[in-house]
Amino acid sequence: MQTGLLGPLRQKIDRRSYLVLVAVGLLTPLLVWWAAATWGGADPVFLPGPRQVLQRVQVWYHDENLLDDLSISVLRVLAGWLLSVLIALPLGLYIGTYARVQAVLEPLTDLVRYMPAVAFVPLIMLWIGIDEQAKVAVIFIGTFFQMVLMVAEDVRRVPITQVEAGQTMGASRRELIEKVILPSAKPALLDTLRLTMGWAWTYLVVAELVAANSGLGFAIIKAQRFLQTDKIFAGILLIGLLGLAMDQGFRLIHRLAFPWLHRSA
Amino acid sequence: MSTPVVVSCSEVVKRFQRGSGTTLALDRISLDVHEGEFVTLVGASGCGKSTLLRALAGLEQHDSGVIAVDGAPIRGPGAERAMVFQNYSLYPWLTVRDNISFTRQLAVHTRERTSASVEAALGRADALIRLMGLQEVADAHPNQLSGGMQQRVAIARALMSRPRILLMDEPFGALDAQTREVMHDLILHVSNLERCTVVFVTHDVEEAIYLGQRVVVMAPRPGRIDGIYSVPLPRLRSQPMKNLPEFIALKAGILDRIRATAGMQTDVDMLAQLSDRAHAGPAGSG
Ligand SMILES: Nc1ncnc2c1ncn2[C@@H]1O[C@H](COP(=O)(O)OP(=O)(O)OP(=O)(O)O)[C@@H](O)[C@H]1O
Ligand SMILES: [Mg+2]
Repeated sequence: MQTGLLGPLRQKIDRRSYLVLVAVGLLTPLLVWWAAATWGGADPVFLPGPRQVLQRVQVWYHDENLLDDLSISVLRVLAGWLLSVLIALPLGLYIGTYARVQAVLEPLTDLVRYMPAVAFVPLIMLWIGIDEQAKVAVIFIGTFFQMVLMVAEDVRRVPITQVEAGQTMGASRRELIEKVILPSAKPALLDTLRLTMGWAWTYLVVAELVAANSGLGFAIIKAQRFLQTDKIFAGILLIGLLGLAMDQGFRLIHRLAFPWLHRSA
Repeated sequence: MSTPVVVSCSEVVKRFQRGSGTTLALDRISLDVHEGEFVTLVGASGCGKSTLLRALAGLEQHDSGVIAVDGAPIRGPGAERAMVFQNYSLYPWLTVRDNISFTRQLAVHTRERTSASVEAALGRADALIRLMGLQEVADAHPNQLSGGMQQRVAIARALMSRPRILLMDEPFGALDAQTREVMHDLILHVSNLERCTVVFVTHDVEEAIYLGQRVVVMAPRPGRIDGIYSVPLPRLRSQPMKNLPEFIALKAGILDRIRATAGMQTDVDMLAQLSDRAHAGPAGSG
C-alpha cells in the first residue's frame, strides 16, 4: 500500500524510526539557525550563532552564577505550581463530583480564568509587594484557575458505570471517591499536572520580568538592557530545556505508575 | 412458586422530565421475583427495561410505589443487589483478580476481620476465577482482555460478595453471537451452582427464553408489563432446546407481542411510503 511521506494513519512506528525522526525534528531548526547565523550576514547582536550562545552559557556558569539563577527560578516555579496543586486538586475533585459545588464554583472560576494573569501584577505588587511571595503569587494566579477546571473535568470523565458498579457493590460515598473516582482519574490528573507545569514556566518569566533581581527571567531582561543577545538566547533555551526535562520526567512517572496504559501491542 | 419472594415491586412509577413534558418510563409495575429464580425482561427499545433494573439496583429513584428486598423497602443502592453492566464497568487500574476481590476493600464486606473470613474471601476469589475460566488472565489488566473475558470478570466481581440478587442489563449485548452462546451456558451453570436469583434485561427474545424461567415482556409508551410467560423447559438448558417446538412457539408468540406493542406497524407504513416516493423518482415529484 502506498502511504507516502506521512506514513499510515494513526499507526505506531517502531522505536528506531521514531528516534531518527525525533532527531530530525530537533536538529533541523538547529542547523537552520547555525546556517543563518554563519552565512546570513546578520549582525551577531541580532542573531548570535549556536557557538556564541554556548560560550555565553559557559561564561554565565563560571562568572555570573548561572546555577543560582537556575535554582531560584526552579524553586519559584515549583512553589507557585505546588501551591496551585494543593488547592486545585481537592477543589477540582469536589467540583467534578458534586453538581452543587460545581454550580457554585465553576462559573466563577471560568470568569477569573479569562482575566489575564499578567494584569493582576500591579495588584499583586500593591497587596503583596515585590518579595518572593509576589513571584509565587503570579505563578499561582496563572496556573490555579485553569488547573481547577482541568481537574474537575478529569474527575467528570470517570465513566459513570465505574461509579455505579462501585455503588452496587456497596461502596460508601467516601469509598467511591477514594477507591473508584480517584484511581480512575489518576492518569488524567497526572497529565493535567504536566501541562500546568508548562504554564507555570510561562508565568515565571512574567513574574521575574516585573520585580526580581535573580532568576532566568531576570537575567533575560538584564541582558536586553546590555544588548547581550546571546545571553537572551541562552536564557530562553535554558528555560525550554528545563521545561522539556520536567515534561519528560512526568511522562516517565506516567509510564511507571500506570503500566497498563502503556503496553504496546 | 414455592420459594420465598426476594424482590417485590408493587405499583412502581417512574417519570422522566423531557423538555416541557414527561415520559412515563414505568407505569405501575408490579412484579415478584422468587428465591433462586432466573427472570428475564424483554421488550421494544424504550419500554423501560433498563429503568426498571436500575430502579431495582437503587441507581434510579422511583417516584411512587415500593421496591422491597426480603420485605424491606430499598433506599438507594445496596451490596445485596449486585449489577453487571453492558460494558466499561471494570476498573482498568486493577488486575482481574483485584477487580474480582474489589468488594474486600469496602467496609460493608469486611466488618468481620478474622483470619478465617480473609481466607474464605481469598478462596472465594480463586473459586470464582476458576469457575469463570479466568485462571490464565488472573494477573492481567482488563484492557488486555476480549469483550467476552471482560464480562466474565464483571460477573465474577458481582458474585464475589454473594449478593441476594444479580441484576444484569444486556451484559452480552456487545458480544458476537458465538461468544454470547458460550456466555449463556456459563451464566446458567454459574447461577445454578451459586443458587443466585437473577434479573436479566435483554432485547433478544431467544436469549430471554433460553436463560429465563420466566420471561417478562414489557411494552413502551408508557413503560408497562405486557405479559409474563413461564418457559416450559427444564431448568438445565442446552443449545439444541432452541429447536424444540415449544421454544419456537414461545419465541414467535413473544415476538408478536413485541411487534404489536412497539408501534412497528406505523414504521412499516412509513417505510412503504418512503420507498414509493423513491421509486416514483424525480418524474413523480414534479
Ligand atoms: N435519564 C433519562 N432521562 C430522560 N429520559 C429517560 C432517561 N432514561 C430513560 N429515559 C426514557 O425512559 C424510557 C425508558 O428507557 P429505558 O432506557 O429504560 O428503555 P429500555 O427498555 O432499556 O430501552 P433499550 O432497549 O433501548 O435499552 C425511554 O423513553 C427513555 O427515553
Ligand atoms: Mg436499556
